[in-house]
Amino acid sequence: MTETTPGSAARFPFFSESTSPAGGEGWESMYPYYLVPSEETTEHENAQFWFADTMHWSRGCHPFDSIGAEAVYLGVGTFSTRIFALPVSLGLDVRVVNGYVYISPLGVEDPARIRERVAIFQERAGYYYANWDELYGKWKTKMEGAIDSLRTIEFPRLTEYDPAEVVSEARGRSSAMAVIENYHRLIDEFFSIWQYHFEFLNLGYGGYITFFQFCKQAFPLISEQSISRMVAGVDVLAFRPDDELRKLAALSHELGLNSIITGDTGPDAILAALAESTNGRTWLAAFEEAQDPWFNYFAEYGFTHDQETWASDLSIPLQGISRYALKIANGEDISRPIERLREERDEIVDEYRALLTGDEARQFDELLGLARKVFPYIEEHNIYVEHWSHKVFWEKAWDLARFLVDAGFLDTAEDMFYLNRFELDTALFDVVDSWAIGVPARGKKRWQAEIARRRPIVAALQAASAPPAYGIPPQQVTDPFAVMNYGVTTERVQDWLGASDGATDKLNGIPGSLGIVEGTVRVLRSEKDLPLLQTGEILVAPITAPSWAAAFAVATGVITDIGGMMCHAAIVCREYGIPAVVGTGFATARLTTGQRVRIDGKAGTVVVLEPAPETVHATDTAAVVS
Amino acid sequence: MGGKAAGLAQMTAEGLPVAPGFAVTAAAYRAYLEADGLKEFTRRVLDGLGSGRDQAAFDDAAHRISQRFADVPIPAEVADAVRGAYTKLCTETGVENIAVAVRSSATAEDSVGASFAGEFETWVDIVGADEVLKYVHECYVSVFAGRVLSYLSEKDIDPHAIEMAVVIQKTVRARAAGVMFTLSPTSGDRSKIVLEASWGLGLSVVGGEVTPDRFVVDKVGLGIADRSLGNKIIEYRSGDAPVDVPAERRNILCLQDDEVVALATLGKKLERIHQAPQDIEFAVDEELPEGSNVILLQCRPETVWSNADRKPAFDAAAGMMSWITGSISGTATPPAHAHGASHQH
Repeated sequence: MTETTPGSAARFPFFSESTSPAGGEGWESMYPYYLVPSEETTEHENAQFWFADTMHWSRGCHPFDSIGAEAVYLGVGTFSTRIFALPVSLGLDVRVVNGYVYISPLGVEDPARIRERVAIFQERAGYYYANWDELYGKWKTKMEGAIDSLRTIEFPRLTEYDPAEVVSEARGRSSAMAVIENYHRLIDEFFSIWQYHFEFLNLGYGGYITFFQFCKQAFPLISEQSISRMVAGVDVLAFRPDDELRKLAALSHELGLNSIITGDTGPDAILAALAESTNGRTWLAAFEEAQDPWFNYFAEYGFTHDQETWASDLSIPLQGISRYALKIANGEDISRPIERLREERDEIVDEYRALLTGDEARQFDELLGLARKVFPYIEEHNIYVEHWSHKVFWEKAWDLARFLVDAGFLDTAEDMFYLNRFELDTALFDVVDSWAIGVPARGKKRWQAEIARRRPIVAALQAASAPPAYGIPPQQVTDPFAVMNYGVTTERVQDWLGASDGATDKLNGIPGSLGIVEGTVRVLRSEKDLPLLQTGEILVAPITAPSWAAAFAVATGVITDIGGMMCHAAIVCREYGIPAVVGTGFATARLTTGQRVRIDGKAGTVVVLEPAPETVHATDTAAVVS
Repeated sequence: MGGKAAGLAQMTAEGLPVAPGFAVTAAAYRAYLEADGLKEFTRRVLDGLGSGRDQAAFDDAAHRISQRFADVPIPAEVADAVRGAYTKLCTETGVENIAVAVRSSATAEDSVGASFAGEFETWVDIVGADEVLKYVHECYVSVFAGRVLSYLSEKDIDPHAIEMAVVIQKTVRARAAGVMFTLSPTSGDRSKIVLEASWGLGLSVVGGEVTPDRFVVDKVGLGIADRSLGNKIIEYRSGDAPVDVPAERRNILCLQDDEVVALATLGKKLERIHQAPQDIEFAVDEELPEGSNVILLQCRPETVWSNADRKPAFDAAAGMMSWITGSISGTATPPAHAHGASHQH
């Protein structure tokens, strides 16, 4: 995939050199124009380095779902570029290519401008650090308000005549106006939530990175795991959903319900069987109680319309509960020993501190205090934004889709997601306007034909993997956020560049969680395939999320395409003591279910021990483009 | 008790493993000199030297004293105690007729510098209580050896000021041995313990005759962070000449993980006792049972990194916002020490 012309450094293909997977041609027309590479922006695009954000969009995007790419990178950009004025990093530019989301870090190089930004940053970020707890308290209120506001959004069905109240209350306008208005609210609220997301995130990372760099300087060989162990919260919100599963498993054991809970009869049968006994009903009550809010939890990050939450697919939490229940039955203690974890953490801190000089110890204290102050946000914001908010957002989006089906405009609710947000706005206006005037929806055939054209395109895009990068690689990846959040380092980029050199028996990634393990891999593109994962297998996934709890209970190792030391896979694997290599770039494309590999969670390497079984040889090595 | 014996006793008291053994106290030596008028005899002989300082005269005096000493056995109660201690050592180590090293440990040593230590002798591979007693006796005689007398005379030390304790320790049968630093000798990282070890006695490691196996242990948590296999082609089974390491042992690590962790634990303890990073020699004895086979041979302060000046990561005067600004701008990471030296053994 490298284009090496004599005398020029290796680079990735430019967007203009990419080819669409068979059947995927014409994908460009599905997304807003500014998300798609264009002739007029070619110069800028070719000068930049773009890497795939498969952490958030592990598959090709449905047109409507590209709204997330807009909201996320609008959020990052606004806060980095305009609000806090990060001195050397602006936001991340974003494009959709063959359905995959690519991002490109933008930097500031002019020294005068950097100085100007430093002054603004120190004043503004300083205000946030100084008032962190108070402002974080306000943040939670804002988020809860935004989620509540999303919940009130409704799409009243169109009836032959407007309800009588329109007259008796003298409203003076049709209730159908709420469809258009609430659609706009849905979109606007989603963008707001992503603004809030970045109000704290980069500042949180900033605080953590500073402590991290202090430790690296004081202890050049210290592992990233050791640093995060000194900081990590042991009883933050992020662990709650999984803790709920443990609690329910313990209760099942206590009430003698394990034989029902661990059965593989499916959620409906399990819940029905439980309802038949007093103990079962006691357990069901606890199960109900845990669901809101703790099961409002996506199997991934909740960036696409088609992902299940624990609440929408109860087999996910039930599987987790069942696995914990079996462990308890085997005499294992599954509780997270919070007191002991906290003591251990304090002991580690004391020991490292004792190795420092007096001046160093004072800085250590100050920076550890800062890192611990900001860390809960880093761990908790996901629950508020990616899970709770997104769950309501997608619920409302599906309700809108059903509105369009009820209005006779679409055949199936799923069809709506083949339109992007602007097209949907147009179509909705058409539906309401046509209804009001009393004519059949004028664009019904037009949009249904377009959706029929797009359906196979999206399928083709989703069947293909994303090349890890486009454009000209940087000499050095210096953006600490790119390194920490996405695991994109200078070495990783070089690995990607060298990936076509025939060295296919080894993948390099970020050391996510210590340990060496050999085993058979199971490549899962989506959480929907989770039931395929067998005990003892090594999970290979584009990303993982804490809601893959069931996977962590059975996998002996985890390999992901993207993610840094602070990604969910790394955090959870450290928690579970499972070796993990994250940010490999293309493990899902290069590894095949059934292959034996050895993963070294310290070196960050994956070595293929046995070649792929011939019958299922991967054909989607889309990493090779030109 | 002599300096050497005192050091060993201190390490033992701290719960640190040294080669198992026992000491014959300086009081026993004094008791010997009191026996049968030996002290008066040696004083007369030495007084008879007058101001003469030639080696021949010292040697002659030494000869007369050693002949006289030969007629006087070690007092019965001391001899009984030594026999008892030897038997006990055999029982405790589970080694019948254990081979020991008999090492002199003189109290005046520390006051006149380390070179004095070399003046007295060590005998290795001594087997049986009678042989042990014979060399304890040799130790006593050695206080009045010709070269010792001339050395003491040069330093103006009365030989009667010397108090001779004797240390009897199991001869170390090193399956593997090496050195341990309680910091990383290459980066100066104080949060690491680095061990280098090879088969046999530590001579091959210290002399740089092999590429030793290398282990890096996290000081905090004591996890083994790294193991790298060396190239261990020769080993010293005894102190004289190296032999080839058999092929089947060349490409396997010479220390087990639990031994590495046990050693690192000891390193951490020594560092705490001495309040500074340490440079330690150790051996794993193949005759001793697993779990108690790790033995410390020597411990001294690490000097290269310990004396290096290290600056904090961030300018303390600049304040935290400046540290954060530097960190997120990718400019705050100063090079780790511009200090390339590593401690050579």
